[in-house]
Amino acid sequence: MEIGTLPLPAKLKGKLISAGYTTRSYLATVPPADLARELRVSESDAVEILSHVADGGDAFVSGSRTAWDMLNEEALLQRITTSSADLDYILDGGISCGEVTEIGGVPGIGKTQMGIQLAVNVQIPVDCGGVRGKAIYIDTEGSFMLERVLQIAEACIDNLRGNAGIRCQPSQSGLHPKAFLENIFYFRVCSSVEQIALVNYLDNFISEQREIKIVIIDSVTFHFRQDFDDLGLRTRILSEMALKLMKLAHKFRIAVVLLNQVTTKHIEGSVHMTLALGDSWSHACTNRIILYWNGDERYAHIAKSPSLQSAAAPYMIYGRGIGNSKPGDERIKVI
Amino acid sequence: MMSKKGAEQPIAEVGLPPSVANVFAARNIRTAKDVLLSTEFDLMELSGLGLDQIRSAVLRISEELSPPCQTGLSLWEKRLQQEQWHLPTRLKGLDFALCGGIPFGVITEVVGPAGIGKTQFCLKLALLAALPLSHGGLDGQVIYVDVEFKFNTKRLIEIGTKSFPDIFNGKEMEQEITRRILILRPSCLSEFTESLERINTLMLQHRVKLLVIDSMTALVSGENEQGTARKSPLSWHISFLKSAAEASRVPILVTNQVRSQSPNEVVQYNFEAGMRQEHLWGSPDFNSCLVAALGVQWSHAVTIRLIFEVISGQRFMKVAKSPMSPPVAFPFRVISSGISLLDDCGRELVGKQIHTISCQEPDKKRKEECLGPPDLSSFLNFLSSNMFGWELHHL
Repeated sequence: MEIGTLPLPAKLKGKLISAGYTTRSYLATVPPADLARELRVSESDAVEILSHVADGGDAFVSGSRTAWDMLNEEALLQRITTSSADLDYILDGGISCGEVTEIGGVPGIGKTQMGIQLAVNVQIPVDCGGVRGKAIYIDTEGSFMLERVLQIAEACIDNLRGNAGIRCQPSQSGLHPKAFLENIFYFRVCSSVEQIALVNYLDNFISEQREIKIVIIDSVTFHFRQDFDDLGLRTRILSEMALKLMKLAHKFRIAVVLLNQVTTKHIEGSVHMTLALGDSWSHACTNRIILYWNGDERYAHIAKSPSLQSAAAPYMIYGRGIGNSKPGDERIKVI
Repeated sequence: MMSKKGAEQPIAEVGLPPSVANVFAARNIRTAKDVLLSTEFDLMELSGLGLDQIRSAVLRISEELSPPCQTGLSLWEKRLQQEQWHLPTRLKGLDFALCGGIPFGVITEVVGPAGIGKTQFCLKLALLAALPLSHGGLDGQVIYVDVEFKFNTKRLIEIGTKSFPDIFNGKEMEQEITRRILILRPSCLSEFTESLERINTLMLQHRVKLLVIDSMTALVSGENEQGTARKSPLSWHISFLKSAAEASRVPILVTNQVRSQSPNEVVQYNFEAGMRQEHLWGSPDFNSCLVAALGVQWSHAVTIRLIFEVISGQRFMKVAKSPMSPPVAFPFRVISSGISLLDDCGRELVGKQIHTISCQEPDKKRKEECLGPPDLSSFLNFLSSNMFGWELHHL
């Protein structure tokens, strides 16, 4: 490993190289005091240098976990219902916490609806089969509609009351549409730079607001389609942002849902539809769900997922929110 | 008002430790944007600072630049303090479906074939926004960007006198109302772009209560070379209009034309290949292949899309995209008092018909009661003259 790739100030790197330390392996056995003397730097700088060398060398040992541990952890990860039993079925229970899920589709297919529905569903009490968390809604397009949140929240409460059987005894406190509104943290992002800043800042925000269970960005695309002429820079920034979101999802065990627009792509003379932001972006998310019209029905297709089978399921959008495509069966599924 | 901050905010104002701020200034890293668009690694190379210092600086700048957090409840309470959130269209069914009318602060789009009544709809709304408060109007100025030279003051007054005979009772009132409507006729996109800045200022001063753009399509018809440009010429305008609408809470109404879809335009995803070919191209009827002229990026940007269409001679308006209303269609006709719904209940739509645009021409006998020239030949003329060089393969 080259010294040049270490995350060190240029000044220190220069000193290392001029002292003949060109690769990490040379540094592996040097005691800090010797290094400090040789480079004529303070001992704390030497310790910093060596800590980076150790980091890089041992990362796969010290930070690693066994596959067995991961399996046990995954079993604990909660899922947030989409309110469509069919869709939940192919998603193995709903949108997974701890992962980044991208949802894309043509205008009017119901991306924002899905976002609002999830922001409400995340608040379903635990004794009713929910995860009882709060939501962060990052609105880049200005399409977040309070009227719709209230409609969906009211329908959700009705459903919970309707289902309130032996198991589900929702306490009075959390079951008011206003309470649902209060648990949605709304950020209106007006430029790509603000979006980058907010994603950087989210770590702190979620640390303070411990109960966040989902972050929804509606849409991740909007500003990045207009603000960038340099596509290389855009790709780099997007993948950095995706990485940060993945870390957030993992660290706080929250679901991150990115809504994406579609674009047309020209391949060999024919025009195809695909999600926006390009090919390298499509690697960035763990799960990718495409919403599309199949004949007269709305369908959700799992286009990419490391754990779920590729499948498609119909869903509908009612006045009361998202539901199963078969009318009369639009109750919120109790998992 | 929100404090003035953003991507161009000088780093000096962010409140970094002086040691870091000075180094940044010396290395010509001046704005928040400079920092946030660079990698940590680049910043270290450039500044010679340590990783921890860079990280905390980036975090500090990010925190400063992040938009404020509001809970849904605080937004709702703020909303309740405003008396009005919609410009009612006075079409009962439509107003009900849209929870009150054309919402403030977002872009509402009307798509439809030529001669169906898009301009009539715009005229009516321009009139409504200009009416005095006592008559349910917004008592404000209207900016009407008339790209296609279709605005007609006489027609506006006719709609006014027929719809509100008690208000339009003399020359004085006519003058008062029509003076509030400013007509702009930009000859090209760049001219329009220039005037947008001024329009924005007027909107922010709350003198202008409605912005109408009829039509957005005609603005770009000269610039839009289908398929070649990676970036739509409207990218900038989309952003600008959206944020202008939101900041000023002014409703923006735009119209969009239709074009016929080319047969080699496969509008499906890769994974659908072979799944529904015949579904799309089974019928040689070219009417089924109309799509909105501005592309998919534009469609994503509009918050509400109304489609005006003709099915077996009957005109319908449908709510094709709206975050808060079900997809419903209302039969309508254009009469001397403007657009009127034949039925306020509407028909709820399912499936694809929500967003298809059909134009099956009117029966001859119906045509007399309609205003305007929605006959087949003028429609075809329009197609051949306006379709950006698309050939009509189906004819």
